[in-house]
Amino acid sequence: MTSPPANAIPRWTPDQPLVRIRDVHMAFGKHVVLGGITFDVMKGEVICLIGPSGAGKSTLLRCVNALVPIDRGSILVEGQEVNDPKLDKLALRRKVGMVFQQYNLFPHRTALDNIMMAPIHVLKRDRREVEALARALMRKVRLDGKESAYPGELSGGQQQRVAIARSLAMQPDVMLFDEVTAALDPETVKEVLVTIRELVEEGMTCLIVTHEMGFAREVANQIYFTDRGIVVEHGPPAEFFTNSRDPRTRQFLSQIL
Amino acid sequence: MIAVRPGTLAVLKPFRLAGASAPRLRLSTRHGALLAIAFLLAVGVGDAQAGPGPASILATLLKWTPLLAQGFALDIAMSFLAMGVGTVAGVVVGLGLISLRAPVRGLAWIVTQLFRNAPWLVMLFYCMLLLPFELHIGGMTIPLPDWVKATFGLGLPVMANVAELVRGAVRSIPFGQWEASEALAFTRWQTLRMIILPQCIKRMTPPWMNLYSILVAAMPLTSVVGVSESMTLTGDILSSEGRSELLVPIYLYLLLWFFAYCYPIARATAVLERRFQVR
Amino acid sequence: MTDLAPVWDWFRRLHDTTGINLTIFYDAFDRARFFNGFLTSLRLMIVCLIVSVAIGVVGAWLQGSRIWLVRAGTQGYVQFFRNTPPLVQLYFFYFALGSYLRMTADNGLQVPIVSGFSWAVIGLSLYAGSFNVEIFRAGIEAVPRETVEAAEALGYTRLEAYAYIILPLALRISLPALNNNLVNLIKTTTIAYAIAVPEMLYVANQIWSDEVNVPEMMNVLLVIYLLLVGVLVYVMGRWERALRVPGYTP
Repeated sequence: MTSPPANAIPRWTPDQPLVRIRDVHMAFGKHVVLGGITFDVMKGEVICLIGPSGAGKSTLLRCVNALVPIDRGSILVEGQEVNDPKLDKLALRRKVGMVFQQYNLFPHRTALDNIMMAPIHVLKRDRREVEALARALMRKVRLDGKESAYPGELSGGQQQRVAIARSLAMQPDVMLFDEVTAALDPETVKEVLVTIRELVEEGMTCLIVTHEMGFAREVANQIYFTDRGIVVEHGPPAEFFTNSRDPRTRQFLSQIL
Repeated sequence: MIAVRPGTLAVLKPFRLAGASAPRLRLSTRHGALLAIAFLLAVGVGDAQAGPGPASILATLLKWTPLLAQGFALDIAMSFLAMGVGTVAGVVVGLGLISLRAPVRGLAWIVTQLFRNAPWLVMLFYCMLLLPFELHIGGMTIPLPDWVKATFGLGLPVMANVAELVRGAVRSIPFGQWEASEALAFTRWQTLRMIILPQCIKRMTPPWMNLYSILVAAMPLTSVVGVSESMTLTGDILSSEGRSELLVPIYLYLLLWFFAYCYPIARATAVLERRFQVR
Repeated sequence: MTDLAPVWDWFRRLHDTTGINLTIFYDAFDRARFFNGFLTSLRLMIVCLIVSVAIGVVGAWLQGSRIWLVRAGTQGYVQFFRNTPPLVQLYFFYFALGSYLRMTADNGLQVPIVSGFSWAVIGLSLYAGSFNVEIFRAGIEAVPRETVEAAEALGYTRLEAYAYIILPLALRISLPALNNNLVNLIKTTTIAYAIAVPEMLYVANQIWSDEVNVPEMMNVLLVIYLLLVGVLVYVMGRWERALRVPGYTP
């Protein structure tokens, strides 16, 4: 079989993993952040990454959408290798949506503008079409009425929901959530979790880093526990929370549950 | 010139340079009053010294005011021009300072360091003496009068300072903004144009206005290199009048003119700084 | 200086071969007067640095006074010197005030009491000092009252609290802005040229009028000033780093 040209996107079918992570290593100088991570995310699956604080989990998410380069290993997103110097980063990022802990909304534009900007300037779609989509998304995250509010005028939970809508506007195939409720007041955490759960119920593939164990137990198909850059244990939530095998897992769970 | 640092210290409050004392408005009229009192005293003393005969100091000053105003107008015009040209060039160099390409960054750094760290008077001499007195472009001959060379000479440090302002402002934008736009597949240029630079404008405005104040205060330097502006004219007035008791009043008068122009700018800068305080 | 003769000869040869005329190296007279000019500039810079910082510290202290007149007077000084051109201030001191401060010398001529150099020091220090007052005041204000209250609760007197708690913290916060201002002071000393202080620019002017080597002298001046500024920035940078508060200063 002749090898395909370098820039051709290999054909991907839904029976293959949407995100395929194989033996990913990454270090900041001498400090090893990721020491060989391997797992798959199938289409429609929800994977939750939990574990003690440390850069590993958030960094892994950033490796998936090529915000951070990896040293060794392979990440395939819909068959496209991320660890490839010739990677078309922009094409990759159109397929992968990311929501951050600090929301990172653009403070000088209204909520609606924040959602509309990327589809118009990146996807080059028609403005009226995008506006309709953006308004629909704001309704979906239950923020209709706040379209012309600036991020500074919104609460943390509201800002985070706008951030989710902003990523959804690009109609990605997989969503990455990086501890999105960690910076929120407890009252507003719930509204964001409800929004994410609705997304999950609609079939969105999600990779979620979180400390919210109850939420993880509810939505995840698989839970991965990482510590110091490697996957210690994983399993479906029911099994994971009640019958964890590794002592490190049990110690972590006993500290937070 | 003086950069305000946003509140980065957890315990210590933000470092607000323009001062946050509340009753500022009342102080301003008092400053002006004090200055005016000093001025009138000087005039009075001068008049007492002159004795009877020659016209009073105040009358002399009023007589020469239109001429002085012309000189001052040239100062302001040069400052606008130098600031305008310098700002445009400075933004370009500033973008070079944050370029991803090392040679561009290096060149921009050299330009910035060179023109920021050279004394302004030396820059002026450099430009006055080493720039040609006329340019030959194509078939045209463009004369370069002294004030144009001086304006260019002062535009160079403005450019370097604005470049540094731009770099500082871009660096002060939280990294999350870059991450979020990258994640949304914006190109670097799109990110700069639509997200980073618009947020920079607010942060840059108070120090930019401060720079303008300093530029205006540097205008009399051009008199040293031969431009006929308010400082030169003051000297001319003194030599034509030939009265030593005019010395103190006329220099105080000139100082008053500059104060009257710069002080409102300083106050407006302080107000804007408070309003744009980075949270 | 005879053992440096080969170095001077190199510059003479440079002139003969390329036309680059650096008489300040190979001509003893020019060398001497440029060196003196350099020393005068250096003296001017150092004295003004010290005096302006002293003015800044005293002024910041006075700004916190309870007497309204003292506060208003300090504010008036600061606003006046910050918002007027330093050159005009210098002319005011040297020509206007200087004209009154004359005494009759033995030969009957009017001689100024205060020299040009002294007026330059006075004028430049007052100018830079006004900026320093603002810088130090902002630094002091950045120290929260709660910290001062904690110090007083521990038994420090107001003066002790100022010396041991407030001033060290305020200094660390002010250092970057102070550094900036001192660099500007160094650059501003060139305006002493206008009142015939024989500093570097003035002497360079004399030399290039005699030797007609304007570009060479201008370049030498630029290089020297860049080096001086570079040295100051480096020293202040080291001091800044030595005074860093771990965990707070970015």
